[in-house]
Amino acid sequence: MKRVLALAMIAAVVTAACGAAAPTGGASASPAQVTLNDGKLVIGVINDQSLVYADLSGKNAVEAVKMAVEDFKAKYGENALGGPIEVITADHQNKPDLASSKAQEFYERNNADIILDVPTSSAALAIAKVANDEKKLYINITAATTDLTGVSCNKYTFHYAYDTYMLAAGTGKWVTENLGKQWYIIYPNYAFGQDMEKSFRGAVTKFGGTVVQSDGSPFPNTSGDFSNLLVKAGQLKPQILGVMQAGGDLVNVVKQYNQFKLGDQGIKLAIGLLFDTDITAIGQDQMAGVVYTTPWVWSMDDQSKAFADKFLKRTGIRPTFAHAGNYSAAWQYMEAIRRAGTDDADAVVKQLEGYKFNDFFIRNGNIRAEDHWVMHDALLAQVKPASEAKEKFDYSKVLGTIPAETASRPLADAGCKK
Amino acid sequence: MDLGYVSIQLFNGLVNGAFYALLSLGLAIIFGVLRVVNFAHGAVYMLGAFAAYLLLQQFDIGFWPALVLAPIGVALLGVVVERLLLRRLYGLDPLYNFLLTFGLALFLQDAMRLRFGIQGQPYPTPDELSASVSLGPVSYPVYRLFVIAFSLLICVATWYLIERTRLGMVVRAATERAELTRALGIDVDRWVTAVFAIGIGLAALAGVLAAPMRNVAPLMGSELIILTFAVVVIGGLGSIVGAVTAGFLIGVLASLGAVFNPAFENVIVFALMAVVLLVRPAGLFSSREAA
Repeated sequence: MKRVLALAMIAAVVTAACGAAAPTGGASASPAQVTLNDGKLVIGVINDQSLVYADLSGKNAVEAVKMAVEDFKAKYGENALGGPIEVITADHQNKPDLASSKAQEFYERNNADIILDVPTSSAALAIAKVANDEKKLYINITAATTDLTGVSCNKYTFHYAYDTYMLAAGTGKWVTENLGKQWYIIYPNYAFGQDMEKSFRGAVTKFGGTVVQSDGSPFPNTSGDFSNLLVKAGQLKPQILGVMQAGGDLVNVVKQYNQFKLGDQGIKLAIGLLFDTDITAIGQDQMAGVVYTTPWVWSMDDQSKAFADKFLKRTGIRPTFAHAGNYSAAWQYMEAIRRAGTDDADAVVKQLEGYKFNDFFIRNGNIRAEDHWVMHDALLAQVKPASEAKEKFDYSKVLGTIPAETASRPLADAGCKK
Repeated sequence: MDLGYVSIQLFNGLVNGAFYALLSLGLAIIFGVLRVVNFAHGAVYMLGAFAAYLLLQQFDIGFWPALVLAPIGVALLGVVVERLLLRRLYGLDPLYNFLLTFGLALFLQDAMRLRFGIQGQPYPTPDELSASVSLGPVSYPVYRLFVIAFSLLICVATWYLIERTRLGMVVRAATERAELTRALGIDVDRWVTAVFAIGIGLAALAGVLAAPMRNVAPLMGSELIILTFAVVVIGGLGSIVGAVTAGFLIGVLASLGAVFNPAFENVIVFALMAVVLLVRPAGLFSSREAA
């Protein structure tokens, strides 16, 4: 009863704060003069709306961007950017060729000023190339490959929420220092998995661990079976099984890891990339205790919770970090247009480069001008048992913060030549 | 080469083979009697897994009852589909049934996606089978051994049903000479429905068996069914012994291939299919010559 009351109190305070903030913000905002190139702003969201990443970003990421636009208008007035703001969207089905042609269509035919989201590393790399050719903006949120700010970096591409370096710098370090030094890494054999393997190998070695062996699994894995790698793990007897698979593959690996009882044999699990939606599929108690790195957890503080509450009301689910990242990126992009006074891509890039900011999603943000990596704090989180959950989607608690400097790949290693 | 690892891979292969066998067995008997290639078979497998999940989630009915209830429930759905839809297309080009079942697969997958999302739902291993036993150097999950034994049992029972019982005799007679069988006063249509239901039930059963060890997600079947069709081609369409033998054989070969390189697991299946198509186009176990 006490808890319910406390929650009600928090909810009341948060809604009051939000309700109060919006009108005053709107009143005090200076009427910035913005001229839009073709009379309107078009934000394109390209992501997976039917396959494996549809839940963790997908249609609800589009909703998040729409929420950002609505909130932006609520704060700065209906005519905040001097014209209508449109959100358009397409399903790329995780195919690089489809992603590339959709992006071209958006930029050329729909006059899109920016493309957001784009899970699947190979598709993201394809769109980055189109953005550069078209000289229009692309802010990646859900793809993880460090190549976007490395060998494939360009003037118009930004990398926002997380990358494989961040995941490895958090999880790779913590696990090596706290759970065990000998790693056996398994990864899905395509752009994302190979990049994850490289980043984790680097982090593990850096913090005094060794990678005994690493094996790629076929991608896509049509049989859904990972027993050969798990049996191999049972034989190698490493202290840590580093699992770099994502989405449905990750669920299969963890289910089968539990069945083979590798945990009982002293082989601990380290997971490279974990979304709330994966925890739903595996079961919270099956995942309890797992430590992972994430840019954001919806329950981490009051402003995040306030966003999560609004999001829940609109979509029926709690936001993943990809959803929150899309909202935040769309918001910061519109802010940059206000500062620039135009939606001209080159002018907006100039406003974004070197910009330091904080919002509910990004802490200690700094958009690195040299490679366009958005530096910010990451979180070390742990899945808690269902008995500690306050509600259905309350999966994780935050163990600590990984400072932006540590979570970002050093510039010297990026190899970005814009 | 580590002998212990290879022998464990043999068991893993049998587990994968068990799923191929159950699925291709269902495909084979449906094709044998109805002359329909059921492209919705993967979706039915998925429905079986979701049926088990829903029984647990909504009614607190565990794995063991689900092993019986889920296949029966899904098979009843199969009866409805056969009576209402498939039946109308028997006289036409087989292409129409191909389109129908393919469309059904897409429909079922998307319906489940709308309701449950794409990512999947949890399903625990039953407590009685959650232990593991020592097989030489490694401990092996009891549940996997159960999957091998149970699916073998089901395959043998199905074979017995078709080859050694009166019902099987009627079914086989109806397949060979439908008109003549009718003339003898046997209601062929009724048996057609029953056979379709059995085939569907087998796929759903495979789905229930998969729930504790695979991601229970709307697309779980669409991925597996591609491999299963390869198995059916290798074994010979409509051959019951062929379907089961090829299922287990390919499971084992693919897993042994993975010993050398994880990528071989998928490659081997299709390489074998290509060879069989070249050398024995009707399938390894088919008595008929390919037309």
